[in-house]
Order: sequence, then C-alpha cells, then structure tokens
Amino acid sequence: MRYLWILLGWLLFQNTLLSAPPVLAPVVPGKTFEFPEDHGAHPDFRIEWWYVTGWLETPANRPLGFQITFFRLATQTDNDNSSRFSPDQLIIAHVALSDPAIGKLLHDQKVARTGFGLAYAKTGNTDVKLDHWTFLRETDGRYQADIKADDFTMKLSLTPSQPLLLQGENGFSRKGPKAAQASYYYSEPHLQVSGAVSYQGKDIAVTGTAWLDREWSSEYLDPDAAGWDWISASLDDGSALMAFQIRGKDDSKIWAYAVLRDASGHVQTLTPDQVSFHPIRTWRSARTQAVYPVTTRIRTGETEWQIAPLMDDQELDSRASAGTVYWEGAVTLTRDGQPAGRGYMELTGYIQLLTM
Amino acid sequence: MNPILLIRWLLQGEWHSHRLQSIIAVLAIMFGVALGFTIHLINTAAVSEFSAATRSLSGTSDLTVRALRPTFDESLYPTLMQYEEVVQASPVLEITVGIPTRAETMHNPVLKILGLDMFRALSVTPDLLGVPAEDNPMDALADDAVFLSPAAMEWLSVKQGESIEVSMGTKQITLRVAGGLARAHTGQRIAVMDIGAAQWRFDQLGQLSRIELKLQQGANHTAFQEMLSKKLGTSYLLTESQDDDMRAHNMSRAYRVNLSILALVALFTGAFLIFSSQILSTIRRRSQFALLRVLGMTRRQLLYQLLLENGLLGVLGSLLGLALGYLLATMALHHLGADLGAGLFPGLKPQLHPDPLAAVLYFLLGIGVTVLGSLLPAWEAAHAHPASALKSGSEYTVLAALRVPRLAAACLLVGVIFTGLPPIDDLPIFGYLAIALLLTGSMAALPYLCGLLFSTLLRTLNSSKSNILYTLAITRLSNASGLAAIALGGILVSFSLMVAMAIMVTSFRISVNNWLAQVLPADLYLHPITHQDTRGFTPDEQQIITTHPDIARTDFIRSIPLTLDPARPDVTLLARPINQDDPGLTLPLTKNILPSDDIPPDTIPIWVSEAMVDLYGFKIGKRITLPFTTDPEQTFIIAGIWRDYGRIFGAIQMQLSDYRRLTGDNHASDAALWIKPGITIHTAVSALKALPFGDVLEIMETGQIRAVALKQFDRSFAVTYLLELVAIGVGLMGVAASFSAQMLTRIRELGMLRHIGLSKQQIRHMLTLEGGLLAGFGVATGFILGTGISLILIFIINPQSFHWTMQLHMPWTWLLLMALAVLGAAVLTAHATSRRAVSGNVIRAVREDS
Repeated sequence: MRYLWILLGWLLFQNTLLSAPPVLAPVVPGKTFEFPEDHGAHPDFRIEWWYVTGWLETPANRPLGFQITFFRLATQTDNDNSSRFSPDQLIIAHVALSDPAIGKLLHDQKVARTGFGLAYAKTGNTDVKLDHWTFLRETDGRYQADIKADDFTMKLSLTPSQPLLLQGENGFSRKGPKAAQASYYYSEPHLQVSGAVSYQGKDIAVTGTAWLDREWSSEYLDPDAAGWDWISASLDDGSALMAFQIRGKDDSKIWAYAVLRDASGHVQTLTPDQVSFHPIRTWRSARTQAVYPVTTRIRTGETEWQIAPLMDDQELDSRASAGTVYWEGAVTLTRDGQPAGRGYMELTGYIQLLTM
Repeated sequence: MNPILLIRWLLQGEWHSHRLQSIIAVLAIMFGVALGFTIHLINTAAVSEFSAATRSLSGTSDLTVRALRPTFDESLYPTLMQYEEVVQASPVLEITVGIPTRAETMHNPVLKILGLDMFRALSVTPDLLGVPAEDNPMDALADDAVFLSPAAMEWLSVKQGESIEVSMGTKQITLRVAGGLARAHTGQRIAVMDIGAAQWRFDQLGQLSRIELKLQQGANHTAFQEMLSKKLGTSYLLTESQDDDMRAHNMSRAYRVNLSILALVALFTGAFLIFSSQILSTIRRRSQFALLRVLGMTRRQLLYQLLLENGLLGVLGSLLGLALGYLLATMALHHLGADLGAGLFPGLKPQLHPDPLAAVLYFLLGIGVTVLGSLLPAWEAAHAHPASALKSGSEYTVLAALRVPRLAAACLLVGVIFTGLPPIDDLPIFGYLAIALLLTGSMAALPYLCGLLFSTLLRTLNSSKSNILYTLAITRLSNASGLAAIALGGILVSFSLMVAMAIMVTSFRISVNNWLAQVLPADLYLHPITHQDTRGFTPDEQQIITTHPDIARTDFIRSIPLTLDPARPDVTLLARPINQDDPGLTLPLTKNILPSDDIPPDTIPIWVSEAMVDLYGFKIGKRITLPFTTDPEQTFIIAGIWRDYGRIFGAIQMQLSDYRRLTGDNHASDAALWIKPGITIHTAVSALKALPFGDVLEIMETGQIRAVALKQFDRSFAVTYLLELVAIGVGLMGVAASFSAQMLTRIRELGMLRHIGLSKQQIRHMLTLEGGLLAGFGVATGFILGTGISLILIFIINPQSFHWTMQLHMPWTWLLLMALAVLGAAVLTAHATSRRAVSGNVIRAVREDS
C-alpha cells in the first residue's frame, strides 16, 4: 500500500502533449502469477515496490526495528526522448532503523532516475539498486539487502521459511470501491533475517524476522482518500496477519481488508465491513505537529488485536529532501489480550501537507 | 601670537592670491583619485559578481570535472560515481541558446540553460532547482518545461505558465516557463531544465558540460584530486571554485591594469602641477618666509605650514575625487556594464559595493601625491637661511637645486634599459616604469636643456642685426633657464602624452582597419543570432546556402571555445578553408611562415594568434596536441602566426577539412558569402532572409561590420581622449599659472626695462615672444619624448598586455595641428598674463628693488 497515494498524486499531470506517450498496463482480476518473473520489476505499471519491515535482535537481546523500501515509478516521459537521462523510470528508496535507546528513527532516503547502471529495477527476478543501496533475490529465494545510509549501514540476508502469500483474490487486491482501484499484491511473511547493522560507531550482528511486501499498480487511489493505516505481523505461532484501511478526508473508512494465514497454511480473508481500526492512544510529533494513533485496536472479524509501538517516535520526516512525513514503526501485538508477536505498522496522511 | 590664527591667516592669504592655481591643483588630484577609484569599484563589482555567479552554478560542489572542449561523453558520469570518495556526482549540460525576440534590440542575445538531474543536484546545487507550480510537481522532469531565474524572467518579460521561444543554430524550440528557481543569484540570467530533456531537445545526446562532485567528509580531497586527474588524463580538468575566481580575475586584468595606469598618470600630473606651482610659490614668498623665520617661526613650523597648505588641497581633491569616482562608477555600471563595454561579463548585473578600505587607500594616495609634490619646495623654503633669503635675487639659489643633469641622465638611461625587459606576470611593468622614468628624466633635464639651447641661440645670435626684443627674450631664457623650465614642465608632460596617445591610437586604428580588410574579404557574413553556436548550420542548411542562385562562393567557419589552461579564459578554435599554398591570402600573418615542406605528413598545420605565442609559448614549428579531437595523440604543428585584434585570450585557426576529419563535426558556426556579379547586396540579403531559417540569421554586410568594429574601437578609446583633453587643459593651466607667478617675481626686472626705455607694448611683445619660444621648445621636446613613449606603448605595452602587435603610423597632420594649438594657446596665455606684468606703476616697481 504505502506510498501509492502520495506518488500517484504526484503523477497527476497530463498537461503536456507528448509525441509518444507511454502506455500503462491496467490491473485486472484473474492474473496468474509467474515466479520468479513476478519477483522482478513490472515497468509497464505506473508504480511498484519492494517493502521489507521487521524486527532484529542484537547479541545482547535488545530489539531493533528496520525498514528497507525500494519503489519503482514510471513517469509520463515521452518515449521519443532517447537521452539516457530520460527520466522515464525513477527509483526511490527509504531506509530506517528503530532503536529504543536512541528514541527516534535513524533514516535516510534517495531518489534517482534509472540509467547508467547507477539505479535500476530489473525484470526477471528481484534486483534493484540505487547508487550504493541494493536489494537482490538470489536463485534459491534468499534476499540480500545492502544499505549504506548516512547514519547507519545494514547488510542483511533474508531467507524464506513459508510460502508466498497472495493478497486479495489470488493477488488481485482492491483498494477502493471502484473495481479499477486495485493492485497486484503478494507478501512473504516470516523471512528469517541474519546479518549486521552498524551505527554510532558500533558493528552489531543481528538475527530476526521480516515481512516483504510486493505490490504494483497503475491506478491511483480514490480521490477522497486522505491516508491509510496498515499493519503486518509474522506472529509467534507461525501465522501471518496483514490489515489495512483507507481513510477518507472526513476520517471515514473508504476501504479495508485483512488476511490471516495460520501456520498450517489456512487463509482467512476479511471484507471491508469486517475490519476496523480504533485509536487508543495518540502521540504528537514535536517536529511536524502531526498526531498519530500509535496505540490502536484492530478488529478482524471476531478477533481483536491491540497494537503498541516499540517506541513512540518512529516518524519518518523527510521534508528536507523527499518532502514526505509518515509514521512507520515496529509494534507488538496482543490477540484477544494474549501476547501474539511482533509486526510493523504504517500510519500516513496524519500531517496536513503531503507533497513530494 | 596664536599659532592657529597665524596658520589660518597664511592659508587665507594664499587662497585669496592664488585661487586659480589652487583650484587647478585640486581638480588634477580629483580627476586622478576619481579615475582610479572608479576603475577599482567597477572591477571589484564585476569580478565579485562574476565569481559569485560562477560559484552559484557549482553550489557546494567540492570538485568540478570538465573537459578541455565544451562537452564530453556522459559515460564519465557513472565512472565517477564508482569512486568511494564520491558521495554525489551531479551531471550538468550547459547550453547557450539565442532569444530571437531580443535579436532586434541587442547584440548576441543569449540565455544560458543548465540541464540538471534534480535528484543529483539536490545535494550539490539546491539553489538551482526549478520550483514548479504546486499542482504540477512533475514539471520538474517535463521535457518542455524550463525554469527561469527572476532576472531571466524580467529580461524575457514572461511569467510562469507562458512560453518562450529559444534558438539553437537555426533550430527554434518552444519551452514552457514552468516556474522559478529555488534561489537564483541576484541579477543572474539563467534557466534550468531536466538534463534528459535538454540533451534530447538540443541535440546533445550523450554529452555533458561538467560534473560536480561532492566528496566524502574526511576524504583527502587533494589526494583524490591528484589520483583522479591522473586517471582521467590531460583532456579533462579538475577545478575547485577558487580556480574560477582566478579565471574571472585574469579575464579583465589587462583592461584593469591599463586603466589604473591612466588613473596614475592623472594623479601624477596633479602632483607635478602642485610641484611646479609650489616651487613658484616658494620663490615668490621667499621674503615672506624669511620674515616669518626672523620673527621666530621655526623651520619645522614653516615646513608644516607649507605641507599643510598643500595637504589641504590634497584632502579636498581626494574627497571630491572619491565622490566623483563613486558617481562615475555607478553611471558606468548602469550604462556601459561591468567591463566598460568590452563584453567580458555578459548576462550579469553587478551591484556597486561601497568599499571603505579602498576609499581610504585612494584618499591617502591623493594626499600622499600632493604632499610628495610639495615636499621638495617646502623643505628648501624651510631650510633657506633667513638673512640671505631676505635679499633680492636669492630665489635663483632655489632653482640651482633643480639643475640635476646627472639624475636626469640616469633616469633616461634606466628608462631606455627598462624598455628591453620582459613583462612581469604578464604585465608590462617595466614598460610603464620606462615611460615614468623617461618623463621624469626629461623633466629633470629640462632646466639643463633649456639653458643649453638658449645659450647656444644667444651665442649664434648676431645682436646688431636682430630685433632687440628677440635678443632680450633669448638672453633672459638663456640666463634664467631654471625658472623657464618650470613653466615648460606642464607643456612637456601634457604634450608628450598627447603625442604618444595620438601616435598609438592612430597606429592601432590603422592597423585594425587594415586587419579588418584582410580578415573580412567576403561581401556578406552570416551566423545564427548567438555567437559560437554549438549547433550552427547543419550540413543540409550549408548546402542550401551554397547552392543559392545569388551566391558565387561560400566559406564556412566552425568556431568553438577550447580550454587550454583552467586558470585562463578559453581560447577560440576557428576552422575555415585556408589557402594551402599561401595561407597569408586567408590569414593576416605577421611573421615568416613554416614552409609547407617542413610540415610532417603526420601532423596537422595550425595558425595561432600572437596571444598564443605569449600565453602558451606556441612558437612557429612547435608540435602540440589539442583537446578537441577524438584521438588525443594527434599532433599539430604551428605553421604561422597571425595578428588578431578581436580575441585577446588567444585563437587558433586550422583547415575546416582537417577539423571535420578529426571531429566528425560537420556543422558550421558562420558563413562568409561572395555574391554573384550583377546582384546587389540588398537583393542578396533579402534572398537570404527569405530562407526557411532566415529569421534566426544575423546577416551583416562587410562594410557594416567594419563600421561597427571601428565604432567600438573609438568608444573604447573615449576614456583616453577625455584624459588627453584633461592633460592638455591641465598643462595649459600650468603654463598660465607659472607665467603669472613669474610675472610677479619679475616685476622689478620689468620695471627696470621700462626705465631704460621699453614701452609697455614692447615688454608685452617680449614676454609673449618668451612664452612662444619656451612653448616651441616644450612642444619640440614633447614631440620627441611623446614619440618615444608611443614607441613603448606600441611595441612594448600593447604586445605585453594585449598580446597584439601593430605597425607604426604617424598622424602628421594631427600632430602638427596639436603642436600649433598648444603653441598658440601658450602664446595667448603668455600674452594675456603679460598685461598684469606691465599694469603697475613703473616707479613703484623699481622702488621695490631699493
């Protein structure tokens, strides 16, 4: 889900007369996914992402949260523009590290146009790069992430331990009341992480569990949408939970969805009216004055989840560069009052201005 | 008595009795200070503006990579990104486009467009990012969008959302003004667009102008720069922002230094004027000083009194000079631009910055020069023995001190030796020193020469046959040559400077005129509205021009800028068809050429301008490599040297066919056209205007170009003409002042002459004759000295500071007219002042002698 809204809003420009306008592919139900091809980029679609979130543990058993995100974006560039600098595809990356000892996110972001081997998203299998940041899927299914951010570095290896989880109807995931408001969407829960992070002069060996989201689409969100709340969790019992809601400008629920797959592989999907988010406690950012519902109750059918953050300040404020502000952080979950596991929550659209 | 009161009395007395002399001295100091200060202010404004503007284009970049030719292959960009020390590399494609709608009203109407990758530029040159409208953020990447600085918007009178028409060569492109820039340098006319769009729209696929690098903090920048420059080889340049400052500084240096020298000339003319009037004043006031000394004034007090008198003139002159200088600088920047019309800094609007330090310096210089001029007379007056000074006739002891033939000879000798010395740091320091020494030496020699001439005249004079007045005048001049020489000094200085400038300017102008005739052999010249256009005429367009029915012959010229030294301004490479058998038919060659047998087959002949010899050591027969070819090993041989008054930073010419073979670049920047017999130029011009690309052409008739060039030439010497007028005015006023001062000191002598029977009329005739003889001598000496100085200007100063030579041409008529004018003016002055000498009562005049 994530950035869709911002980025597609960004692309709402049709005022140029192009001699060879790019043609974007639509998202339609009934697509059969083919792997590993679908792990690779889909440049015919407007937007696509590789979105990894997860929990890490240090040798001293201290918990850390991390996020590695690569977006690919097709712009409305004239196909006749034969310059190698033609900005027809952009790569955008956000990375963040949550350490309660620091109390706020360490984060960094980059944007570049594809080309010259400096930034790309290859087709065929996952292979994305932005300068010195890379995310690669090996033939055995293992992912390698290598990030050298300004304040920290992450070199992580992510090994699948469960099958892929196709979201929605076999990967066709609706995002709004209109049929066209949809994306292709699959996830890889319970990725086993090992590697090293280094920050503040320390090199730390880490292990952990992560969640990979893959999504691509050409259609943008409902024009009335103001933001969304999203959560994913690789739960302790081996089950996987993902839930989101899209909020309208009047704070109403425009669309919602949830999926719960248990350790045996049984999948339960929930319709918009079965999923609801209820803020319990908010946190106000001193930087941006945005107010986020960091502690939340979520109902999926008969089940009630309570979400609490690893730390309150997991706001990613990139107004100085990319211009976006959102909350993306490590959270713990209880299921009907019982500890259930760890996950990641994203809260967007809580600040007035969202331009990039 | 109250000493302050005494000082005031003395000052007031002097002021009331010698108002004119004081005013002239103040004016001379004022002009000197004003001129020097103006030049300083304008140049500081221009250079700081140029540096700031250049720096703003590089933002926070640590290192700029560029090639010696205007653009280079973009494959360098990913290579640079591979280095660990490189945090960010921001590629830039810089394109100069023409603005056809401004072509009517201005010459070379260009706009610089920077093609940037906004994502890379964000951390290097954030100020240069385009700011799109809030509802069209993607305009930042759109291929038809351009972002303009406020100055550019104002210049083009467009707003966000409107369109501008730009031209590159003969191609016209419409761009949409999508917004402004984040923070453009004030006054800088600049545009920004996406680098991909710029490459595509302006046919520059695969090309970059430069890459701005941001290096890792803590990385050893110097070591990295060395390593990288070794890796990249000699065809690339690595520069830091201070190198650009250096370049800006070098660009205007020759102009600046030469104008500053003119200011110094004005200042020292003022100093000389003060000196000569002060000598006369101390002679006249000799008995007054002796009386003051007898009454108890100490030497020191008297010295201070005299220095104070002149110091006050200096203060007044300097203050007026500073005010005038500031005013002139403001006006010049407003009307002429930062380079005084020389076209060195286009697209900039420098602001005048008040510069207190420089103001203080010029103020002190003005006072210092004044005090310097009055030091010797004041010192002598203060050290004269009061008892003897009270006696009449003692003033001639003062003048004896001025007879310094040895010093004069030494000055002249050293001056001549200095003419043989090479420039220092590209500046003709010794040339200027030689002029100063020749002037000083000649002035010091004047009393001696004057005495020598007139005593010789006296000896050869047959007194029985000669007119009595003539005899009297010669005798007087022969015996009191020291006093006469003082009046002469002003004439000598101003007339010699006039002669020197007249000879130099005439020689220069005739040389330029001849040169224009040689370099502009065709009937018509045409080029797109921008100079050195990268696109110019395509081969198809060249074909259209060549095959036009009105055209008999066409020569195409390719002109590109080349960087041979990062600290110096670019040189120009001109490729055109050159007569292989006799290159002198095409080029204004100066020296013997390399015989074509001496050109090895593996080298390519090039012909370089004189500046290239001085600046880069390109001597005839030397083999070099040049950074524009695809094969960096290709050697060139210097086959000849040609005169170029158009490009002081240097130019290279070569065969167009060689250039095309080496570069594959078939475009042409300019075309020279010969029209068919029987067709008028007017018809041909109309026919060319009717071509499909006719409305972005600048078509010039050869006569028109020559007229414009000579007009520009005259304009750039306008300051010199003005100075000449000032100098001659100052000289004449000096003559008037010293004559009238002399009249007062000679009252007794003239009274005696009347006693022995000369009429008032005869005395006036005698004095006028004296004036005429003196002025004639001054003019003759001034002519010799001036010719000498002009030779230094023509053969030393010009070649050393502007790197061009010229032939000597004597403007005889003009010189004769000037000599007659100065002579006439001097005679009239002498005649007018003589009225005062004979107006007094004869008895009283003689009684003073008792």
